[in-house]
Amino acid sequence: MSIETEDPSEIDPAEILGSAIERREDPALITGDAEYTDDIQIPRMTHMAVKRSQHAHARIEDVDTSEAEAMDGVVDVFTAEDIDVPGSLPVGWLLETLEQVDHPILAGEKVRYQGDGVAIVVAEDRYTAQDALDAIDVEYERLDAVTDPSDALNGGPEIHDDAADNVAFEWEIGNADETEEAFEEAAHTVDLEVENQLLIPNAMEPRAAVADYNPSDNQIDLAMTTQNPHVHRLLMAGVIDHPENKLSIRAPDVGGGFGSKIHHYADEALTAWAAKQVERPVKWVATRSETYQTDALGRGHETHGQVAMDEDGNITGLKVDTKANLGAYLSTFAPSIPTYLYGTLLSGQYEIPAIHCEVTGAFTNVPPVDAYRGAGRPEASYIVERLVKHAAEHMDMDPAEFRRQNFVPGDAFPYETPVAMVYDSGDYEKTLDRALEMLDYEEFRERQEAAREEGRYLGVGFSAYIEACGIAPSELVGQLGAQAGLWESSLVRFQPSGTVTAYLGTSGHGQGHDTTYSQILASELGLDIEDIDIVEGDTDEIPQGMGTYGSRSAAVGGSALVQSARKVVEKAKKIAAHQLEASEDDIEFEDGEFRVAGAPDRSMHIQDVAGAAYLAHDMPDDVEPGLEASSFYDPENFVFPFGMHAAIVEVDPDTGEIDFETYVAVDDVGNQINPKIVEGQIHGGVAQGVGQALYEGAEYDENGQLLTGSMQDYTVPKAMHVPEMETDSTVTESPHNPLGVKGVGEAGTIAAPQAIVNAVVDALEPFGVENIEMPLKEERVWRAIHENGGDA
Amino acid sequence: MAEHDITLTVNGNEQELTVESRTLLVHALRDELGYTGPNVGCESSMCGACTVHVDGKAVKSCTMLAVQADGTDVTTVEGLDQDGEFHPIQEAFQEEHGLQCGYCTPGMMMTAVDFLDDHDDPGREEIREALEGNLCRCTGYQNIVNAVETASNKMGGSGAAAGGDD
Repeated sequence: MSIETEDPSEIDPAEILGSAIERREDPALITGDAEYTDDIQIPRMTHMAVKRSQHAHARIEDVDTSEAEAMDGVVDVFTAEDIDVPGSLPVGWLLETLEQVDHPILAGEKVRYQGDGVAIVVAEDRYTAQDALDAIDVEYERLDAVTDPSDALNGGPEIHDDAADNVAFEWEIGNADETEEAFEEAAHTVDLEVENQLLIPNAMEPRAAVADYNPSDNQIDLAMTTQNPHVHRLLMAGVIDHPENKLSIRAPDVGGGFGSKIHHYADEALTAWAAKQVERPVKWVATRSETYQTDALGRGHETHGQVAMDEDGNITGLKVDTKANLGAYLSTFAPSIPTYLYGTLLSGQYEIPAIHCEVTGAFTNVPPVDAYRGAGRPEASYIVERLVKHAAEHMDMDPAEFRRQNFVPGDAFPYETPVAMVYDSGDYEKTLDRALEMLDYEEFRERQEAAREEGRYLGVGFSAYIEACGIAPSELVGQLGAQAGLWESSLVRFQPSGTVTAYLGTSGHGQGHDTTYSQILASELGLDIEDIDIVEGDTDEIPQGMGTYGSRSAAVGGSALVQSARKVVEKAKKIAAHQLEASEDDIEFEDGEFRVAGAPDRSMHIQDVAGAAYLAHDMPDDVEPGLEASSFYDPENFVFPFGMHAAIVEVDPDTGEIDFETYVAVDDVGNQINPKIVEGQIHGGVAQGVGQALYEGAEYDENGQLLTGSMQDYTVPKAMHVPEMETDSTVTESPHNPLGVKGVGEAGTIAAPQAIVNAVVDALEPFGVENIEMPLKEERVWRAIHENGGDA
Repeated sequence: MAEHDITLTVNGNEQELTVESRTLLVHALRDELGYTGPNVGCESSMCGACTVHVDGKAVKSCTMLAVQADGTDVTTVEGLDQDGEFHPIQEAFQEEHGLQCGYCTPGMMMTAVDFLDDHDDPGREEIREALEGNLCRCTGYQNIVNAVETASNKMGGSGAAAGGDD
């Protein structure tokens, strides 16, 4: 059901919220007028390149830069010895047992993953900078490397002096005793060991930065690929020891992020620092190889999950033990991902009386692992939905009905899980029923049966996912270890002529914020969308902000925008009442017009009020001139989108090939500001989930060498790899924010992998296949079929 | 490094420039001539973000040397719209929400235009195959396929209306 877009000029402001209008950002993006970081040119600009370790674990014995320094066109070369600032990357989320380890922006003593930076070159042009890297001679003493978290924890080579046995943290959630009891009393138990493989984010635009330093006022202007410029500014100010108010960070157009542009990496800080050293503008742009070696990875779990049930198939307990790969260092928000964004979602859509989860975070010799689209929630949903499929099979129950039986009932909201979350609202049967209808489920089961008789193997897989997004109530996350508040801020400013500019602390990078925020504001203020301008992604223009990630922009940023808009209306109402010589209590506001109740001809448009507010010739007492308002919105809870994704596949047992017949996505993301943008987010998210299920995975050899270091070796799904998706939605509003929105950015990625794996396992049930690890490459599928003799 | 004086006609404008032997066409276009529409995503011809037309055919400008393009007509995304009017492919990408971050979009559209020049009424599978050299990480491709179908219709193809996923 493809949603048709609408021309915004044909839509009344009263109808604009919820309309599938075309995006306002598109004209720049389809003409080449967009400005990505690498498009920026500044006179006298130099180019930086980073010398990276080819070894995953080695002691640095010597770095000889003399030959590089002598090259024509090389401006300067720097190593760890030259770094005269703190130069250690901070961790933004602490856990009680966390081992904090030093994470230098250039390695001086030891390298801990292939790609760890050892030196930087600043040169007149990008080719010379690359040439000079080859002229730097680094002597290493190689050390044993480890890339698997279990191996690292079980006697692997020591990666950090401070982290014994490579344990970064040990963490648990839920009630161990009650869960143990549930298992003791269980009529049935099932268990499954699954891996959730390491993924490389692969935003199409590689990370990049351009820094310009002005010594006369000590000002650094840094344009960079960021999802959260203010957060980067705060952290970087400490890393390079530069006053926060003399460091401006701007996100030009950003070519995708998926989490990979949240984190504070070394390279962007080095770019800013180097500009200060050479007193010339410096540009750094990652090559694709560098993004493969250095962008924070996602996932990386090895999990043992167990389910306890009573004799009727009611889930009574869930036990999860996870080894999480954190990579070589702690990336910015790394500790929160396999803990609070994972363990807290293990109840899924189900009423489970007792849950206990233990997670051990392990240091290994792969790049740091952090948030990647979904971040913890896909891992949770994957283990829950794989276990549920397994449990239903064990009970010989239909997987859809098994889920229905165990769902949190529609009248149980707000619902408190045993893992510290209070679900805001939900209606899980609704998305299940719609998905079953779209699948023509009963008919499918008949077809499946008939096909098996002909030696064809069809399967259906379900994924009843839940996510927590709209990150997050500051006080709550503070208690959990976050070193930041996760509010969002906005400023809404009328100009005297009646146009409006809104400034938001979120920072879109493809999500269409310009469009959706305009829709919200047009609706709140009763204005034409053409009169509204949205500004994001610039610390100079926007007072404060926390950025875009965790599907938070609509729920938290949008709410901050509503809050400021309502403050503006409140002030405008006072001015309008004064101008209309009426009592404020008698003024009504609708469609941009202030009207005196009962006297409809006495009215004043908010744009005229703005003019009056700046003219300030005739203001009410105690009201300042001007018309603008800012606010900080701190959410009272997470929001919990949910839905049912389902896939029908056919597996060829002779080749292991998987073909999609149908992919159905029914999502409930609360109210939708722009249904076309929602649909696009689901499509894109599902494609990344398809990638994880079937194609993607970062692989390393025993020395920690990346084997999937290019787009040739790591399959980012192409157009023909992604199935046609049938999408639909239900609407269950969140009661926690003024828009009733939830979040949609990560839903597809969270939902898709287990729908696909469950479908393949369902198809191969006649062969006794119970599990296949992702990615389900043909060889793996073939082996799984033939492991048990290959007989159906 | 040897240098070469070359002439490129970019979007109808003849440009003379001096490049090193190793200068990639995409860097000549972006860094020397200021056509930043073609983007660099992989420098290995895998992602297609740098796709331009050289003498009317789609080419990945990260795997062609500037000197090889001497004397050719190059069209970048900046040359798609004519007299302030969007090309049908541009209109279709906007109407069908065929882009999100936009980084792959210039290359995606240039490949699609070349493909539609030779294919009147392509099917969805055919479109997906035609786009195999262009990666998109945002859209899941479905609305890109819709956009190419819609553009085909706008350009006079006889295909059914877009939205074939219904």
